[in-house]
Amino acid sequence: MIPGSFSYHRPATVSDAVKLLADLGDEARPLAGGHSLVPMMKLRLASPEHLVDLGRIEGLKGIRRLSNALEIGAMTTQHDLLGSDEIARSIPILHEAALLIADPQVRYMGTVGGNVANGDPGNDLPALMMTLGASYTLTRSSGSRTVAARDFYQGAYFTALEPGELLTAVTVPIPPSGHGYAYEKLKRKIGDYATAAAAVVLTMKAGVVESCAIGLTNLAETALLADAAARAVIGSKLEAATLKTAAAAAEAIMTPAADARGPVEYRKHVGGIMVTRALARAAARAT
Amino acid sequence: MNDMTPTREQRTAALEGMGCKRKRVEDIRFTQGKGNYVDDVKLPGMLHGDFVRSPHAHARVKAIHSEEALKVPGVLAVITAETLKTVNLAWMPTLAGDVQMVLADGKVLFQNQEVAFVVATDRYAADDGIAKVEVEYEPLPVLVDPFKAMDPDAPVLREDLAGKTTGAHGPRKHHNHIFEWTVGDKDLTDAAFRKADVTIKELISYHRVHPSPLETCQCVCSFDKIRGELTIWGTFQAPHVIRTVVALIAKIPEHKIHVISPDIGGGFGNKVGAYPGYICAAVASIVTGKPVKWVEDRIENLTATSFARDYHMTAELAATKEGKVTGLRVHVLADHGAFDACADPSKWPAGFFNIVTGSYDIPVAHLAVDGIYTNKAPGGVAYRCSFRVTEAAYCIERAMDILAQKLNMDPAELRLKNFVRPEQFPYHSALGWEYDSGDYATAMKKVMETVKYAGLRQEQADKRAAFKRGETREIMGVGVSFFTEIVGAGPSKNCDILGIAMFDSCEIRLHPTGAGIARVGSKSQGQGHETTWAQIIATEIGIPADNIMVEEGNTDTAPYGLGTYGSRSTPVAGAAIAMAARKIKAKAQMIAAYKLEVHEDDLEWDIDGFRVKGLPEKTMSMKDICWAAYNSVPPGMEPGLEAVSYYDPPNMTYPFGAYICVMDIDVDTGVYKVRRFMALDDCGTRINPMIIEGQVHGGLTEAFAIAMGQEIRYDDAGNVVTGSFMDFFMPTAVETPHWETDFTVTPSPHHPIGAKGVGESPNVGGVPAFSNAVNDAFSFLGSTHIQMPHDYWRNWKAAKSLGVFA
Ligand SMILES: Cc1cc2nc3c(=O)[nH]c(=O)nc-3n(C[C@H](O)[C@H](O)[C@H](O)COP(=O)(O)OP(=O)(O)OC[C@H]3O[C@@H](n4cnc5c(N)ncnc54)[C@H](O)[C@@H]3O)c2cc1C
Repeated sequence: MIPGSFSYHRPATVSDAVKLLADLGDEARPLAGGHSLVPMMKLRLASPEHLVDLGRIEGLKGIRRLSNALEIGAMTTQHDLLGSDEIARSIPILHEAALLIADPQVRYMGTVGGNVANGDPGNDLPALMMTLGASYTLTRSSGSRTVAARDFYQGAYFTALEPGELLTAVTVPIPPSGHGYAYEKLKRKIGDYATAAAAVVLTMKAGVVESCAIGLTNLAETALLADAAARAVIGSKLEAATLKTAAAAAEAIMTPAADARGPVEYRKHVGGIMVTRALARAAARAT
Repeated sequence: MNDMTPTREQRTAALEGMGCKRKRVEDIRFTQGKGNYVDDVKLPGMLHGDFVRSPHAHARVKAIHSEEALKVPGVLAVITAETLKTVNLAWMPTLAGDVQMVLADGKVLFQNQEVAFVVATDRYAADDGIAKVEVEYEPLPVLVDPFKAMDPDAPVLREDLAGKTTGAHGPRKHHNHIFEWTVGDKDLTDAAFRKADVTIKELISYHRVHPSPLETCQCVCSFDKIRGELTIWGTFQAPHVIRTVVALIAKIPEHKIHVISPDIGGGFGNKVGAYPGYICAAVASIVTGKPVKWVEDRIENLTATSFARDYHMTAELAATKEGKVTGLRVHVLADHGAFDACADPSKWPAGFFNIVTGSYDIPVAHLAVDGIYTNKAPGGVAYRCSFRVTEAAYCIERAMDILAQKLNMDPAELRLKNFVRPEQFPYHSALGWEYDSGDYATAMKKVMETVKYAGLRQEQADKRAAFKRGETREIMGVGVSFFTEIVGAGPSKNCDILGIAMFDSCEIRLHPTGAGIARVGSKSQGQGHETTWAQIIATEIGIPADNIMVEEGNTDTAPYGLGTYGSRSTPVAGAAIAMAARKIKAKAQMIAAYKLEVHEDDLEWDIDGFRVKGLPEKTMSMKDICWAAYNSVPPGMEPGLEAVSYYDPPNMTYPFGAYICVMDIDVDTGVYKVRRFMALDDCGTRINPMIIEGQVHGGLTEAFAIAMGQEIRYDDAGNVVTGSFMDFFMPTAVETPHWETDFTVTPSPHHPIGAKGVGESPNVGGVPAFSNAVNDAFSFLGSTHIQMPHDYWRNWKAAKSLGVFA
């Protein structure tokens, strides 16, 4: 568990950082909180020649209120999400989910940008961002572009990020007031990735589901948006039979791997249960 | 007497002796980051070594190419089996009478086996070197399943044993067979089964786990060429044994070997044996003339240094229809991995597994253990238990529950019916042990009252009815466990390691001002010896515990001891401490008599000194006696006040306890919640109740981990799939249940202070309590036994196989 050698760069601005990434080419990797990258380097599963540490770039930190969205700087830590009144007030599901990421030590270091850019299906924030309809700002020396979270993930550790590009911000639309939400995560212990997890954001009117989005964590090569499951509940009162249909629709798109958390059949089964439980809890919260 | 004279209570309290909840003195440095561990040892010019390890579980090693590695800046040497052969160290003896490769010699037998040792100026360079060593392997068929080990066509693992039909423990039946060990009367046992009203038979497996101390195994070896002396700092639970092993295999005179165990960050059995890292670091130091450090990382620790358990036990009980057990029959298939590297006393290939009759008066029993080789890491150490006792306790405690279920009898009631009764002690068990003391029924009933046992059973009945009506998806289990440990190895008549009897030792030296030092042959790894050893001395000789320094772990200064494992420190070293203190007290009495001008027999002991019988004013404190010992001893007596004692225990001690666990399980997800856990321990005389409670909390937490998720699991190709703390269940404070503890006190009649040892009891008794709770929860759905570990997905699997999703 000893990494190979690498050189270390610590730019002060985004433009310096993207210039470094462009100049150093393929062998350079951005370093955010280091809590996914450094473990991989210690196992020599990743051996970048250059690390470009984003930790000193002030402009990448903090949560900013836009008219109907929150803009979260990439280097905002997962712990910062917990400390933000703005998040707790406007997008409380992010507060609930951040509490379920790893443990306090990891959250002090791990960043929002690193979590969504990493491309590990075990990360919790990608499914949340897909559910919330968030978008990512990707910056390179020649300019910036915006990619929806729903279009960003291509496979395990494969994303829409191009070489030389930095994810600088995550913009999350604020769900309507009175929305219901829940993130249900089954894990073996504090510090574990999900055996299965489901995010639900919905609105209700007179006991009937008006809109709904469902995201799934660690149940496929990438985070998933369970569209068919969401469609199954829209217009319903979340009767037992509807919940069952929704769970089945969600399970139908799950392709988890068997691992020490359990065999495929178990992970899909509890994936369905997480969906049911998240729907029920979200509905109970909606006003 | 004036008002300033302390009362007897104040004098007693000032000693902080036995029974006092004295705060742990070692914690002052541990909590401030001032401990001194092996990795803190940094010597000038020190080199670092690390291993090239096998990715294969079974393969022939065709060639090892180190040329590219030697070109890496900082890399000085690549040591292979060929190098070691030049000093006759390619193989080393194990404590179990087998031999083990130090570095792969022609083939590898388990994943992550040590293949080459790269020595470099720093750890980074060593690992860069490792990446450049090229090993040519030819994969061989892999044997993972222990039940296939003795198939006629099973792959031959140990080619070095070809043609050897006997091993260290008798005949071998098959090329992958190590030993068969049998105990008990087979004919009588068979007869009991023929006559029985009721019998049960079940395969009860205790899966492979790992002690996983927070500090991994490590050492620094420094060879002084001029003096011809080797100094080894290492994470050794038994430093003297390591010194002797090194003397025997490295042919360095024993007085020129200095072994030092500094502070140790947990051992739990993992740090008893000798590992290739120690040998390679020593050879590298001898070759380079520089100190060499070897530090295992977490993955290496979990996958290559000693595992524990891996016992597959087929248990049978015979009983009358009233529930009196009339016979026990057990067969064990013991998976030892690639080499038999168990750390058991020499004559005990399956440790003290013949304690498997447990706490019950079972008239006849028969036990057979078959040890076998597989393509897994070697080991089989006593992970926080006396040798194989936790396996035995698990076996009998599960079997008793299964019998209760068959008899339709409450499991606590079945136990009460079969306990060895107080008047039967000393009790001779059917498999050969002599239990020293116990009062089992009292302990069992006390716990049952505390948890309101009858009420729990009523609640469970109600919940089961509600479950069957479809009103809840939660099931409830009550796990009952009653264990008897066998600790304090051990009497020289039946216990030795490499031929050295398993005594322990203490040397106490008192200084003129009434303070002193005690050096002991045991070695704390977190147990708090510096605190408790001083307490024994304080009570024995009346010097405050704060004035006694306890030193362990340096083989040059400590008397020879067999080390700390198997809960042997209090039963053996603790006794040696009391005996050394008593020698001092005897001399002190002579000095006091001389100074007080009375006959020795006219003196009596009074807390912290002697007083003249009938003349309570005429006293001499131990503090004053210390001073006198250095200037005015009786004519003809040697000055000074010190003593050494080597204690050969007359018997083992037999701590016991009653545990009850209440658990709720959600059948849909398999998620469990421990609602309540009550642990009553009887460890005889209690030296420090706070430390006992801490030991029980720690042991229960490990038991919880083992029963509920911890495992070293191999896939079919022999890859370890649980090789890091992400997958090897290590509970945090969040997962750990709340522990409630209680005690009774039944002193050991043969131990100088009546103490029995407690550090391992909670692991031994805890595992069956958890497993019985899970099994009890599912039993009404028709299951008799569900194998551990009981993690979420396996609970779900059990629920599914019992038809709850139909
Ligand atoms: C024990 C443990 C348990 C964990 N459990 C969980 C869990 O339950 N849930 C969970 O979601 N996560 C978990 N994590 C991961 C943790 O949240 C990480 O912090 C996160 O995945 C990565 O964020 P980071 O800031 O640490 O990024 P880093 O590790 O520094 O980087 C991760 C990857 O993203 C790239 N990267 C980082 N920032 C940017 C950027 N701005 N633009 C482009 N690329 C970038 C890096 O180059 C690297 O490839 C756990 C980690 C540990 C060590």
